Amino acid sequence: MNVDWPWPWLGRNLDKIAEATGEHLFLALLPVLVGLVVSLPLGWAASRWPAVRLVLVPLAGVLYTIPSLALITLVPLIMGTKIIDPLNVQVPLAIYTIALLVRSVTDALLAVPGDVLAAANAVGFRPTKRFVAVELPLAIPVIVAGLRVATVSAMSLTSVGALIGIGGLGSLITEGFKRNNAVEMVVAIALILVIALVIDALLLFVGRMITPWTRARQGASK
Amino acid sequence: MNSALSWLFDGDHWSGPTGIPARILEHLGYTALTVLIAAVIAVPLGAIIGHTGRGTFLVAGLSNGLRALPELGLLTLLVLLTYVGLLPVVISLVVLALPPILAGTYAGIRNVDPSVVDAARGMGMRESSILTQVELPNALPLILGGLRAATLQVIATATIAAYVSLGGLGRFVIDGNNAGAGSPNGYPQMAAGAIVIAVLALVVEGVLEIVQRVAVSPGLRNVATRKRTARIWRKPTPDLVGKST
Amino acid sequence: MKRVIAGVATALAATLAVSACGNSDPLAEDKPSGPGSSETVTVGSANFPESQLLGEIYAQALEAKGVTVARQLDLGSREKYMDGLKDGSIDLIPEYSGVLLQFFNKQAKEVESEEVYTALQGVLPANLTVLDKAEAEDKDAIVVTKETADKWKLKSIEDLVPHCGEVVFGGPPEIQERPDGTPGIKETYGCTFKSFSALEPGAITTKALLDNTVQAADIFTTDAAIEANDLVVLEDPKNNFAAQNVVPLINKDKASDTVKEALNAVSAKLDTKTLLDLNARLNAPDKPEYSDVAKEWLAEIGL
Repeated sequence: MNVDWPWPWLGRNLDKIAEATGEHLFLALLPVLVGLVVSLPLGWAASRWPAVRLVLVPLAGVLYTIPSLALITLVPLIMGTKIIDPLNVQVPLAIYTIALLVRSVTDALLAVPGDVLAAANAVGFRPTKRFVAVELPLAIPVIVAGLRVATVSAMSLTSVGALIGIGGLGSLITEGFKRNNAVEMVVAIALILVIALVIDALLLFVGRMITPWTRARQGASK
Repeated sequence: MNSALSWLFDGDHWSGPTGIPARILEHLGYTALTVLIAAVIAVPLGAIIGHTGRGTFLVAGLSNGLRALPELGLLTLLVLLTYVGLLPVVISLVVLALPPILAGTYAGIRNVDPSVVDAARGMGMRESSILTQVELPNALPLILGGLRAATLQVIATATIAAYVSLGGLGRFVIDGNNAGAGSPNGYPQMAAGAIVIAVLALVVEGVLEIVQRVAVSPGLRNVATRKRTARIWRKPTPDLVGKST
Repeated sequence: MKRVIAGVATALAATLAVSACGNSDPLAEDKPSGPGSSETVTVGSANFPESQLLGEIYAQALEAKGVTVARQLDLGSREKYMDGLKDGSIDLIPEYSGVLLQFFNKQAKEVESEEVYTALQGVLPANLTVLDKAEAEDKDAIVVTKETADKWKLKSIEDLVPHCGEVVFGGPPEIQERPDGTPGIKETYGCTFKSFSALEPGAITTKALLDNTVQAADIFTTDAAIEANDLVVLEDPKNNFAAQNVVPLINKDKASDTVKEALNAVSAKLDTKTLLDLNARLNAPDKPEYSDVAKEWLAEIGL
């Protein structure tokens, strides 16, 4: 049996593809955003209090190790959702993002040189202001690096949800598989790949834009 | 939760070719085969790139690009193009396992203390000997780290193999999904399968952590932890290989 | 610092915009609001192409009569979507009389079309009912390649029995549990296969059969692949697989007169030959959308 390569299919199904893409972005990106927001205070707490760090870092490691199909399957058990519920994919993605970013945030904050902190104190910054104006900006490159990894992984992980019926571009992959429509599969794979890499590049760019001092430093050391 | 646990501990489900132990073995089998093949390709490749400094774009590009590739897509497309069997599954899993091993080997070689390499050159050692007798042993911690990351990655992704009618632990999730939530072999089977998958992943991670500690010679043990302290200006460590499944 | 805030704010806004616009489609995967407004009929379908096509046909037939329809197609196997029918997340689904009967009554012995239909009406849960059955039938069947049929001289399942031990049997995972699936084949014919290979219904099952990854497979009788690949459907003289007329399974509350009229009109025009033809259209290399094939056919029969 030959594989079908109906290239005209692509032109005829643009709205279906667009809808699946939109759904995919909703499933993948929203949890990453939520994860980022949650990781900042958690990472700060872990950087400040060794006891917290002792609990959070291993916990993050454990959660990150659990395969996505397992977590996606267990969410209905833990949260009482129906089997086909976007939350089943979004909650694990948020968990993975937090697990990844808490480490990044913690490491980044811990690595702020002591003399920089001392200088900030000397100038008169109170702890909150010091965090927002000094520590956080210095932590951005590492956080952005982690965010890039989290986002790209999320785009790819979301497709696993299609195995139990949760849509996005993954459902184009399974549909193409069932109907011997290789074009549909290739289009979905390519879209996931391209969008993930574009977002990755965007994050890299934004990260560099908002931290001009890193560029200056790289320029100097060259 | 009760029904999941009762499915899990039902004696019937622990015997025979479709039982939990059999599926665990299948799963570990796919993983071992994949990591072996990937290591045979990626360790030499990463070592050469790390030693000569040429072709570094390959390491960064592959790591980034392949992390974005949806495994489900690669796997099903390959099966559709070839046949339903082990080969397409192993090929797509190997593709997934290459980046962490490549990145780990590359980083390991690059991170070898330059003065050590210098001394070796000064002694008159040939380049290839420097690579095999000096750099690789010193790179061992990071290489093992890469192998570890790859193994976990493959264990997670091998769960998908069940969708293209192979065995492994994903079988419980896929079959349970088709049986329908209400049936006794439906969601309880899915949840039981998910629990076994999670536990297996954690156990393997733990075992590999111990293996890594034991296998690295004492002189190098501190090196691994020292180099991992994140400095703000440095690129992310190989730890951040990201999840693909 | 201001740069940082500005940059982060832009990024956040961008992400929210992107993910929000991704979810603004009213037909997206979200749960329908509550059990559905009293006017909307939610149409579901199983996870194989023919079921999705029938679901789409029902949906369009209803819309032609002015009924508001929400679609939740490709829900998985019967075992899976029955929960949706019970709790009201879906109201209507195309079904097959024989397997539906056995789903509710594993001991059911009826195999003839009228008997099955009558028995079915007796076992349905209180909130569900079936409308007129169509003449079209789509049964599960054991299918082999022409080569295998020639090699072992196979015409019916009984001919396969002496070879069962060498055969890897393929099919959707749930048939290992169903009364007419592997248990039924074993009981009715005494045939125990060497092993079972769980395969997604559709192209991949056909492929596995053609590649000889499996030597026999459970393929539906109206699957276009049978004709397209010269496959042989083994006869079922002992009637392991009962009659399977296509029938709309619907929530009683939603079965208004308009709805009944629309769906019965569809069933009246649906015979096996038509179903085969529709499946062939779906399987054409250019892969038309379910909605297009449905629209085309409904126009042809004037609905």
